[in-house]
Amino acid sequence: MTSNIVLSEVEYNVVGKRHIRPDGVDKVTGRAQYGADVQLTGLLQGRVLRSPHAHARVISIDTSAAEAHPGVFAVVTAADLPFASLTRDDLGGDYQRLKFASNHVMASDKVLFKGHPVAAVAAESQHVAEEAINLIKVDYEVIPPSMTVRQAMEPDASLLHDDLFTSELGQLSDKPSNVASHMAFEAGDIDEGIKQADVVLEREFETASVHQGYIEPHNSTAFWNTDGQLNIWTSTQGPFVVRTNVADILRHPVSRVKVTPMEIGGGFGGKITAYLEPIAALLSKKSARPVKLLMSRTEVFEASGPAPGTWMKVKLGATSEGKITAADIFLAFEAGAYPGSPVMQGAACALACYDVPNARINGYDVVVNKPKTAAYRAPGSPQAAFAVESVIDEICEQLGVDPVEFRLRNASREGVRRVEGPVFRRIGLVECLEAARNHDHYKMPLNGPNQGRGIAAGFWFNRGFQSAVNISVNPDGTVNLIEGSVDIGGSRASIAQQAAETLGIAYEDVKPTVVDTDSIGYTMVTGGSRTTFATGWAAIEAAEDVKMQMVERAAKIWDTPVEDVEYADGALSHKSDPELRMTFRELARQLLGTGGGITGASNVDPTGEGNGFGVHLVDVEVDPDTGKVTILRYTAVQDAGKAIHPSYVEGQMQGGVVQGIGWALNEEYFFNDQGQMMNSSFLDYRMPTALDLPMIDTVIVEVANPGHPYGVRGVGEVPIVPPLPAIGCAISHAIGNRINRLPANPGAVLEAMG
Amino acid sequence: MPGLVHVSTTINGNPTDFLCEPRQSLLEVLRDVLGMTGTKEGCNDGNCGACTVMFDGRIVTSCLVLGVEAQGKEISTIEGVASPEGLHPVQQAFLENAALQCGICTPGFIVAAKALLDREPDADEGRIRHWLAGNLCRCTGYDKIVRAVLDAEDKMKA
Amino acid sequence: MEAVEYTTPKTVSEAVQAMASKGDRARALAGGTDLLVQLRGGRRSADLVVDVKDIPELNEISYSSSGGLTIGAAAPCYRIYQDAAVAANYPGLVDSASLIGSIQIQGRASLGGNLCNSAPSADAIPAMIALGAVANIAGPNGTRQVAVEDFCTGPGRNVLEPGEILVSINMPAPQASSGANYLRFIPRNEMDIAVAGVGSSVVLDGSGQNFVSGRISLASVAPTPVFCEAAGASLAGKPVSDEAIEEAARLAMEDAKPITDMRGTIRQRVHLVGVLTRRTLNNAIQRARGE
Repeated sequence: MTSNIVLSEVEYNVVGKRHIRPDGVDKVTGRAQYGADVQLTGLLQGRVLRSPHAHARVISIDTSAAEAHPGVFAVVTAADLPFASLTRDDLGGDYQRLKFASNHVMASDKVLFKGHPVAAVAAESQHVAEEAINLIKVDYEVIPPSMTVRQAMEPDASLLHDDLFTSELGQLSDKPSNVASHMAFEAGDIDEGIKQADVVLEREFETASVHQGYIEPHNSTAFWNTDGQLNIWTSTQGPFVVRTNVADILRHPVSRVKVTPMEIGGGFGGKITAYLEPIAALLSKKSARPVKLLMSRTEVFEASGPAPGTWMKVKLGATSEGKITAADIFLAFEAGAYPGSPVMQGAACALACYDVPNARINGYDVVVNKPKTAAYRAPGSPQAAFAVESVIDEICEQLGVDPVEFRLRNASREGVRRVEGPVFRRIGLVECLEAARNHDHYKMPLNGPNQGRGIAAGFWFNRGFQSAVNISVNPDGTVNLIEGSVDIGGSRASIAQQAAETLGIAYEDVKPTVVDTDSIGYTMVTGGSRTTFATGWAAIEAAEDVKMQMVERAAKIWDTPVEDVEYADGALSHKSDPELRMTFRELARQLLGTGGGITGASNVDPTGEGNGFGVHLVDVEVDPDTGKVTILRYTAVQDAGKAIHPSYVEGQMQGGVVQGIGWALNEEYFFNDQGQMMNSSFLDYRMPTALDLPMIDTVIVEVANPGHPYGVRGVGEVPIVPPLPAIGCAISHAIGNRINRLPANPGAVLEAMG
Repeated sequence: MPGLVHVSTTINGNPTDFLCEPRQSLLEVLRDVLGMTGTKEGCNDGNCGACTVMFDGRIVTSCLVLGVEAQGKEISTIEGVASPEGLHPVQQAFLENAALQCGICTPGFIVAAKALLDREPDADEGRIRHWLAGNLCRCTGYDKIVRAVLDAEDKMKA
Repeated sequence: MEAVEYTTPKTVSEAVQAMASKGDRARALAGGTDLLVQLRGGRRSADLVVDVKDIPELNEISYSSSGGLTIGAAAPCYRIYQDAAVAANYPGLVDSASLIGSIQIQGRASLGGNLCNSAPSADAIPAMIALGAVANIAGPNGTRQVAVEDFCTGPGRNVLEPGEILVSINMPAPQASSGANYLRFIPRNEMDIAVAGVGSSVVLDGSGQNFVSGRISLASVAPTPVFCEAAGASLAGKPVSDEAIEEAARLAMEDAKPITDMRGTIRQRVHLVGVLTRRTLNNAIQRARGE
């Protein structure tokens, strides 16, 4: 039995092969430089003082004792942020956005979550900095917190912002509220659809706040030079996003901010927002020394983005033949302290796997006294899928229809219009469902009591956005590839492979380097499954640019019209004169003497979507005495379009699955009644260990994306979507009662068993 | 305020002296005093394994050892795993099996896995999973890590 | 972390002297896996850290069929479970020593530290109570012995007075036809704090069909580890049967007075005490029978 299957359609020379990653040796020997590893002359260490309260007014801050503490070089509070001296008149339409951004980085009038920064210190060591922050006196007036969407949506709820008005389907309401926005998608006629149904089920769901759980804590080192040049070294998924954030918050010209992305120890969406960078910059400005800030693990949990807790309702109608006729969905997502939950994405993903003629989706973005949520792998989609797929599973049970068969009858395919508008191009959901049905896992019956099997599908958009790549030809026939995409999971390899394939040279002849924001064109975050797709595209275009210039050079050397020269398989040849032929390497050697070096450059912003789908199968066993769930077997099927580097595609699938398993079973922010997180450590925030898991089997389906030269779709997001419903359904089948709240930890399963 | 303590120890086979405050962890000393940043901090409370080093023949989380406790001890870190001749089979297996994505947990996993294979060259999948349960990885789901360790076992026997 | 001083006494009396010099501002350091986390997190504070690992008595692991087992307070878990005599005679102790923390933690953490940290959730304490362990304490006024079940007085609190250190723990040699087991319930399979834990030991008669005596102790269901005297005593003289085990489990559940927190609810924890008491008794019986 093969554990990792690749159902390949097209073979290439370099693309699709399992090469060693270029940064691999540095990463297995400890030489790779991550954000916390930065060392600079005169480097100070900083610490951030954070609110112990979930919701309070800041009455006063006294930093005098900290400033007087030996070894302290600078102390900052929100008063040092430019926003403190700007008015609504200065900022106009940007006022609220900048106020939220500035106050998120450091609270001014109110603290909105436990862990909210209120002051920071730079000192000769982290211990001295810690001593100093303990000397800062803050007077708070504690306010009752609103901790869940249900609480926060109550008419008399404690309000986080007195100037936040609901954007009600685009119109601003006139009364302040914790509901930042209400959006809706609608298609067909929902009442008619319900009428056509033979079975209608309505269920309510909840999921808890969970964290991305990257192993490397946030870090940032800044040096604000006397000439106004601000240099930042940090672990981020998006150096250009950090540059924009920092420039915005500090009112500093974007051209005077250089962000150097260090190696990054995981992100999953959580390392996009600038948390520490503006604070480190201000501390550096005040102390005239470089300053490094590191978060502790507790700070990571308490003050960096979790994924939202949710409250959802799904009403679904289907005919007895197993055709979905209507779906009515309510999604309320926690935004955290400031607006911006991924409820819109959740709403757009909720029904994307199915052709639903009549649908209505209402989404609410609700602020609560928790850290501001951040993106987490397919943001919004796993929660929505948990609700929708669970109801589909129950309908299949009621109708006695095989769950894969049911999904095939309703599956989205080319030409189907999504509820929010876009029409699918060629997609691979049907192929994934068929691969799941054909898999040995699906054919093998369960083999014991207290076991259950779950099946679920999932979707992510896989949009492109901007990327830039430069490729320079070296005299020895290799090329240097310069990119702005931080490499979190092997993307140096997958980008280099596409460049090598396009140039017709060996993978080893492409040397990729990730550079700072001064050294490459604008590149969006490494996230959203976009890097191998969009930066890969940029690499292909830069390689095409190199090819064109190589053709021109060959024509010049041969003194022949450009049209006579052909570039194929890494060699240049004259179309009619077989004597005139040069390999890429031979021409590379001649470049400097024939007009200078060659650099290909490209800036891309691919439109259209890669549209990824996955189908997962999971078998679980529940201990009837304790409610503890064991994952017996897991198989993830996914359409990658084209797996540029199959090992790293499998790695994305396996990693996403295991994060989903953690989300489904044990991970959860646990708050006390004052809104303080009680489990802000890896001991009590229970992410899966190696001992909690089986091998995660994969099937890569390749239905080429018509919108990418090699058919790439993007793979990182989809695999975290199906695990929540698949595991919930598997447990439901094992115990005979439905699981409608996650996490399904042992206590919850024990309760569900009755 | 207590002053700095002079500590004499051996790191990766080299006699090493350093000064540190008693409150500084071995992890801090390695990274901030000695500039050996291959050992990573993930949690600073012993629950992630990113800072795993060998300490007198056993793997420990260096965040839960004081720098002053290194006096007279033998320590080895990720920087000491490869030899001048090349990578250790565990390192090679991690590369070939794509057993790392972001790589921040990798030094800890490699130090821990090498310690296991040095003691138990026939460790099976279950034992490997048990031994590595103190090392968290958030990227890989552990599948390729476990396969890499099994592959390294084969390589070391060959 | 606040600034501290550090000392490495070579004898018990030097250690006691060092501890006494700072009163309650001194902390003994063995594996450090609890202490360093607490000092860093501000949950404990100290001016002096007394590293007791250089003291021979605190590193001792010795066994004799007459004197039983002596485990130095600083001996790390791995030395305990790797010790052939301990493995042969005290599998119930090995159960707990091999599930505290990770392999890395077991390279440092000691049973003595587990006892002195006095967490209600300590995995080693119920096993030691079930095995009838006694703590040997040295202090400015000489030495004294305290039964392990009397050692803890509250979460993180115990009978040690300022200046006192735990030197070692004694366990009597196992009687014929005896067996013990410790199990905890955790949501993951490693790296977790017990939602509930139960240590049980039994002595059977020569036939292996009747209980002579039993001891049962609980973790994570009260401010201290719980010695369920009645539950253990209920077994004495009864034939080995599901009914006897059930009755002991019922009595153990009565002794459980847990709270609801992030690790579990009252209802769940009391239920788990029943489950784990049954499981540990059955395992202990198997071991007593040499199965």
